[in-house]
Amino acid sequence: MTVLSLSKALNEGMRKAMEDDPKVLIMGEDVGKLGGVFRVTDGLQKDFGEDRVIDTPLAESGIIGTAIGLALRGYRPVCEIQFDGFVFPAADQIITQLAKMPMRSLGAIKLPVVVRIPCGGGIGAVEHHSESPEAYFTHTAGLRVIACANPADAYSMIQQAIRSDDPVIFFEPKRRYWEKAEVDTTTTDWWTPMDKGRVVRPGTDATLLAYGPMVKTCLEAATAAEEDGRSLEVVDLRSLNPLDTPLVLDSVRRTGRAVVVHEAPVNNGFGAELAARITEQCFYHLESPVLRVGGFSTPYPPSKLEEHYLPDLDRVLDAVDRAFGY
Amino acid sequence: MTVDASRGADAPPELVQLLTPEGERVEHPDYDIDLTPEEVRSLYRDLVLVRRVDLEAVALQRQGELGIWASLLGQEAAQIGSGRALTDADMAFPTYREHGVAWCRDVDPVKLLGMFRGVNHGGWDPKEHNFHLYTIVIGSQTLHAVGYAMGIQRDDATAATIAYFGDGATSQGDVNESFIWASVFNAPIVFFCQNNQWAISEPLEKQTRIPLYRRASGFGFPGVRVDGNDVFACLAVTRQALKNAREGQGPMLIEAFTYRMGAHTSSDDPTRYRVASELEAWKLKDPIERVKAYLFKNELADQAYFDSIEAEADQLGADLRARCLAMPDPEPLAIFDHVYSEPHALIDEERAQYAAYLEGFER
Repeated sequence: MTVLSLSKALNEGMRKAMEDDPKVLIMGEDVGKLGGVFRVTDGLQKDFGEDRVIDTPLAESGIIGTAIGLALRGYRPVCEIQFDGFVFPAADQIITQLAKMPMRSLGAIKLPVVVRIPCGGGIGAVEHHSESPEAYFTHTAGLRVIACANPADAYSMIQQAIRSDDPVIFFEPKRRYWEKAEVDTTTTDWWTPMDKGRVVRPGTDATLLAYGPMVKTCLEAATAAEEDGRSLEVVDLRSLNPLDTPLVLDSVRRTGRAVVVHEAPVNNGFGAELAARITEQCFYHLESPVLRVGGFSTPYPPSKLEEHYLPDLDRVLDAVDRAFGY
Repeated sequence: MTVDASRGADAPPELVQLLTPEGERVEHPDYDIDLTPEEVRSLYRDLVLVRRVDLEAVALQRQGELGIWASLLGQEAAQIGSGRALTDADMAFPTYREHGVAWCRDVDPVKLLGMFRGVNHGGWDPKEHNFHLYTIVIGSQTLHAVGYAMGIQRDDATAATIAYFGDGATSQGDVNESFIWASVFNAPIVFFCQNNQWAISEPLEKQTRIPLYRRASGFGFPGVRVDGNDVFACLAVTRQALKNAREGQGPMLIEAFTYRMGAHTSSDDPTRYRVASELEAWKLKDPIERVKAYLFKNELADQAYFDSIEAEADQLGADLRARCLAMPDPEPLAIFDHVYSEPHALIDEERAQYAAYLEGFER
C-alpha cells in the first residue's frame, strides 16, 4: 500500500500506462516541464521524453483534433484540458468527430482517446475554472463519461480509460486533487470496472447518488445523518455513460428513497436522467419522489458566492429531510 | 521552391502552370514533370472516368436514388494530379468532394455512394486505402491529418499526409490551428486547398483579402498557387511537396486555383448568386479538354483511343448505377452497431428493447 493524493494517483496511473504501452501519449497545454497546472503530469516528460509527453500549442480543438489523428495512426493519446470551462473550443472535435467516427467507419476505426477534464468548483477560482460540463458529454452518443472521486479509483480508472478502445471523457474533481488515501499499486485485483458504480457506504433508509467531488460531501452527510438515526446509503456512480443502472435500481429498491447530488445545475442536469430512470423502474418501491440537489440555473457565481451555489452537507441533509417528509 | 509572399504582399499572384488550356506544354522555373505517353494517357483516363462517376451520381440523385450529391465537376485535375502524387504509404484526408482522390486510392466508387444514399455514414476502411472517410464538418479533417503526420514522425516512417479542404474552410479555426500545429511540429503534411472560388454562395472575397497560398508564410511554411485545372502542374507540385514532407522539410500549402463548375451540392442553385458568363469562361479552361488537346497535338493518342476511354466510362457509369440500385438498405438494428468499440450496457439495453418492439409487429 502507498499513500497517494488523488493527483499523484492519476500521475502514477498514467506512468504505469505509459510503461505498459509505448503507444500511450500525453498531450495538452503545459503538461511537460510544468507538469500541468495541477501537476498531474509532473515528471512524465522528463522520464518519457517530449515525443510522448507533448506540450501543445494553446488551442483545445487542435489538441483533440490531432489526438484523433494520432489515434488513427495507432497511438493512444491522453489529452489534458486545462480547466472545465476551456473544453468548449474542443467541443466540435469531441462531438462531431471523436464520438462519431467509429460508427462512421462501420467499426473499422477505434479511437482510444482519453480527454481528462479537471471539473467542479470550491477552489476560489475565477470564471470558467469551476464548471461541471458533464451533461453536455453524457448527451453525446459514442463517448464514455466517467468521474473518479478518490485516489484509488483515480489510479485504476485512468488506466482503464487509457486501455479502453472507446473515447473516454474523464472528469477529475479538482478540489479533491490533494485528498490522500492508500492505494495498492501492486495488483489490479481490487479494481472495479470503469463502467460500474459502487456502494461506498451501505445504508437502509435513503440512497444518495453522487459522483466526482460530491461523493465526499455525501459521505459526510451520511455520517451526520447517522447521528439523527438515519441510515443513508451512498452510491458513487463512477460512470455516467454508461450508467450502472442495476446498481442504482437495486439500492433505491432497498431504501425506497433517492437523492441525487451534483455540482452542475439541477435543471436538465444528469440528475434528471437518474430521477427519470428510477421513477420508471422503481415506481412501486419509492416512498418519496426522487429529489435533486445541485447548482442553480445561473452561471457559476464569483467565488465569494460559490459556497451558496455548491451543494454542501446541509443542503444534502435538507433534501433528505424533505424525502422523509412525504 | 516558390515562396511568393517573400516578394511582398502586393506582388501579383503567381500560378504554376505546365499545360495551358489550349494543351500547350509550358515550362516553370521551379517545377517540372517528365511523363511518358502512357502516363499522360493514364491521367487522361483517370480524368474522364471520375467525371463519368460524378455525372452518373448527379443523375442518380436527380432520379431520387441518392439523397444528395456533391459534384466534383471542374476539379478533376486538382484531385487526380494530387491523388496520383501519393505513394501507397501516404495518407489522405478528404472533404466530401474528393471522389477523384478516392479513385486514385482504389476506393470502389460505389462505396462513395453509400453515405449519399443514406445507407451508411462512410463505407470503406480507411486503413485499407490510406484514404480517410469523408468529413462533412468543414475543416475538421485538417487536424486529424496533422495528428496522423505526427504519428508518422513518431513511427520514424517515410510517409506524408495530405489534407484536402476548400477555400471556405480556410476561415475555420481548425484549419488555422492545423497550420500552427504542422508548423511548430514540422509535421510531414501537405495542405491541399482546392480554391474553387465558391463556398456554396459565398465568393472567395468573403473569406480572404489575400491570395490563400500567401497565408502559409504567416504560419512559417511555403505556399504555392497552382493551376488547379492543370493535371500536370498539380501532379508536379504535389509530388514535390510530398517528397519534401517525407524528407523532413515540414508542411506546405498548395492552393489549387480551380472552379466549381456545378452546384455546391445537388440541393444548391448557383443561378441565385453567380452569373452564367463566369462558368462559360471557366469552361474554356476545362481540365480534361487540355489534356485531350495535348495528346492529339503530340500524336500520343488517336480517335480510337479516345473512343475506347468513352466506352470504358459508359461501362463504368452503367455498372455504378446497377450496383447503386442493388445496394441493400441496412437492417433497423444496425442503428446500434459500432457506436462503441466495446460492449456498452445502454446500447445493449436499447437494442434489445427496440428489437422486442419490432417483433411485436411481426406476431
